[in-house]
Formats: sequence, structure tokens, C-alpha cells
Amino acid sequence: MKPPLFSYHDPRTTADVIALLGRLENAKLLAGGQSLMPMLNMRYVLPDHLIDLNRVEELRYIRDSDGAIEIGAMTLQRDIEFSEVVQRRCPLMHEAVAQIGHRQTRNRGTLGGSLCHLDPAAELVSVAAVLEAKVSIAGRNGARTLDFAAFPVAYMTPALEPDELLTGIAFPCWRPGHGFAFVEFSRRHGDFAIVSAAALIEEDKHGKLTRVSLVLGGMGPAPLRAHNVEQALIGEKPEEKRLREICQTLRSLEAIDDIHAPASYRRQLATVLSRRALLKAHERVMAKEAS
Amino acid sequence: MSQTRRIAVTVNGACREATVPVRVTLADFLRQELRLTGTHLGCEHGVCGACTVLLDGLSARSCLMLAVQADGREVTTVEGLAADPKVLHPLQQAFHDHHGLQCGFCTPGILMTLVELLRDNPNPTEDDIRIGISGNLCRCTGYQNIIVAALDAAKRLRAAAAAP
Repeated sequence: MKPPLFSYHDPRTTADVIALLGRLENAKLLAGGQSLMPMLNMRYVLPDHLIDLNRVEELRYIRDSDGAIEIGAMTLQRDIEFSEVVQRRCPLMHEAVAQIGHRQTRNRGTLGGSLCHLDPAAELVSVAAVLEAKVSIAGRNGARTLDFAAFPVAYMTPALEPDELLTGIAFPCWRPGHGFAFVEFSRRHGDFAIVSAAALIEEDKHGKLTRVSLVLGGMGPAPLRAHNVEQALIGEKPEEKRLREICQTLRSLEAIDDIHAPASYRRQLATVLSRRALLKAHERVMAKEAS
Repeated sequence: MSQTRRIAVTVNGACREATVPVRVTLADFLRQELRLTGTHLGCEHGVCGACTVLLDGLSARSCLMLAVQADGREVTTVEGLAADPKVLHPLQQAFHDHHGLQCGFCTPGILMTLVELLRDNPNPTEDDIRIGISGNLCRCTGYQNIIVAALDAAKRLRAAAAAP
């Protein structure tokens, strides 16, 4: 298995990337290559031109800005994993990134690559959804921003025009002391999750939930925001029995049915993992208050 | 379309220059152009981990990279582990002593993965090692002796680091 023939381009600036995208037919952007390279090797994709983004330094950054963490599209998953700022301000992302693939793949894989590949079970896709991230996109007609919720338009298809690229993502931070958890189930460590659950919560001083965000990965073509569960939880104390009851409602969700698991199994995982994630998030709020 | 490029890569400490077709993977460049066949190719789509090398000191799957992407960078392969051809690296010696391999196909990738792990975490638990090599498939050993060898190598490397 060898990659097909293509012409290779390694621009140094975003402007050069946009110029190339505007000029070249059937071009594909290469980020960390942890998904695209296998697809090239197996000849699932046959681009005439490969535009390698790895030397575009301006797309690699982690910035702690007002109320959000801004991360460049070509930032390595490894750099997010070891970022002190991410761990402190956005611990959910830290926990999720450590569950992506393996050390070898996180050393090369990028944030933007993962988001544009849009695997339904990808950790970073769920993180962007649960945090209501904003994506920055640049193209020939200038730059625009988009809510991440509108970024997946179909199965593994991002809302990008042929001459556009994802340049950065802003992840709004929750207030200090919030609860968080990212849990997933896979057959082997490092495999794509069959189902994952990402939970963020805030509680008032009586231990009642004031804010909840819950996203399930692996259930459908895009991350699934569990709005009903979120609304049902507001004003509740996140005790195990109550969480169990509320998460049971996820059993009526639609889920994909494939070689890895039938839909019924995914629904079961959705209820269990949601409960575990919410409970873990709650325990972390308690631990923070105790310390 | 058969585009080629001149590249210069530091491989195991030596600068190697070559003109390569742009579509050649780093793994094929190492094996075919440089004849460094210690880096093995199992699945060629990033699942088995046999082709793991260090790129600027960080483990990476050389089947998921193009040789042109390594231009100007430093690659370490299993051939670069032992400083002296007659003396094994402590990790290799531990694999030898504990029967940490059977057919040996996955071994180079596992060694390169572990060399990074033990450098970053000199005192790993068994779980750390199991998670660390979860991206390296071995079809012979059942992993048990690999874990034993890795833990013993960690001990040896710690002792060597502590020695005056």
C-alpha cells in the first residue's frame, strides 16, 4: 500500500495556502496525516495535489484570551495534552485529548485535522461541541467565524468551501470550579470510541445544577447534544439515583448501527456513559469545594 | 506528476541526502533508500505500530509521514539505539534477557515507543507501559514478557542514571 501519485506543496503562510487552494484542482490539505495518510495509502482518496500545512507556523498556537482558549488549527494534539493553560482553564479538553489514539499519533495529529476529518467518534469533535466552540475559517473571500454546531454538514463533511481552510478554534472556558468529565468506551485502548460522553456542569452553593452541557459522540454522523437531559437536570442535585433516571431517557435516541456495535448497544452505552460522566463531573465539583 | 524533491534528513546522527519521489513514505525511504530495514512495515495504515521511529525525539509512525516531511529533521530508528554495535541498548538487553520477543517483527516499533516512554517517565507502572504500547500490536507474546522487560529496563536505566 503506497500513496497515489500527487504533486506536493508545502506553503509557509495561510495566504499561500489560500492562493494554492484557489489555483489547484482536486487538492487536499494534509495536516497531521494520522487519518489522511492511511486514506492515501489505501487509495481511498486520490488528490492531484497535496498541500502540506505542517510548515505553516502561524497556525500553531495556544492562547489564553478573554474567557476562551484559542488554538491554531495545526497545533499538535500533543501540545494541547501538555499545555498548562489547557489543563487549568479547560480540563475537559485535557482529559479528552489524552484519550485520542496513542502517543505516536498524538505526536503528529492536529486539532484542525481531527475537526476537519470529523470522525463521529473523535474526541476533539465532541469537545468542540460540548464547549460550543467557534471555528475560524479563511478563504479567498476573507475570513469568517462559525459556531461549531454548524460545522458538521454531513457524515465526515465540514462546512468548508473548496478554497477555504480552518485556521483556528476558540473554546469558551467555563468558570473555575466547574465539573467536567470525558468518558468513552472502546474495545481496546486507543481505538476510536464506540460511544463517548462529554459533560460539563456548574452547581450553586446548595449543590443544585445551574448549568449543564452534555454531548454524546459516536451515536450519529455529528456529536449529539443531549438537550433534554441538560434541561431536566437544571435545579436537580446530581445524585446517582436521579442521574440514572434522567439518563434513561437517552434510550430513545437514534443511533448508528454498524460493524462495531448495533444501535441498541450504543443507546445502552449512551445512558451508562452519560451517567458516569455527570457523576464524575459532580465528584470533581465536590473535591474542588473540599480543597 | 512524478514529482521528486531533494531532502536532507539526519538519521541516527548522520546527515543523509537523497532525491525522493514526493509520495514516498518516511518508512519506505528508510528501508529502501537508506537500507535501514530495522524499521518494519506491518499494516501501512497506522494501526500496528511496527514502523514507529523517533522524529526529533518524539515517536511517530513512519508509514503515516512522507519522506519530504522529514526534510531538515532528525530521525532515530532502531539501528540508532545502541551506541556501540557490539553492545545492546539497556532496553534491548532487557528484551533479550526476558524473552520479550518471539518472531521479533513488532520489536523495533515497541523499542522505539518504549525508549520515548522511559525517557519521559523513568518510573512507569505496569499500566503506564500497557497504555504506552497499546498502539503496537504483537501477535506472538501476549505482551507479558514485553511488560516484564520494559519494567526491568526502566530499573536498569534508573540505576545507570543514578550511578556517578
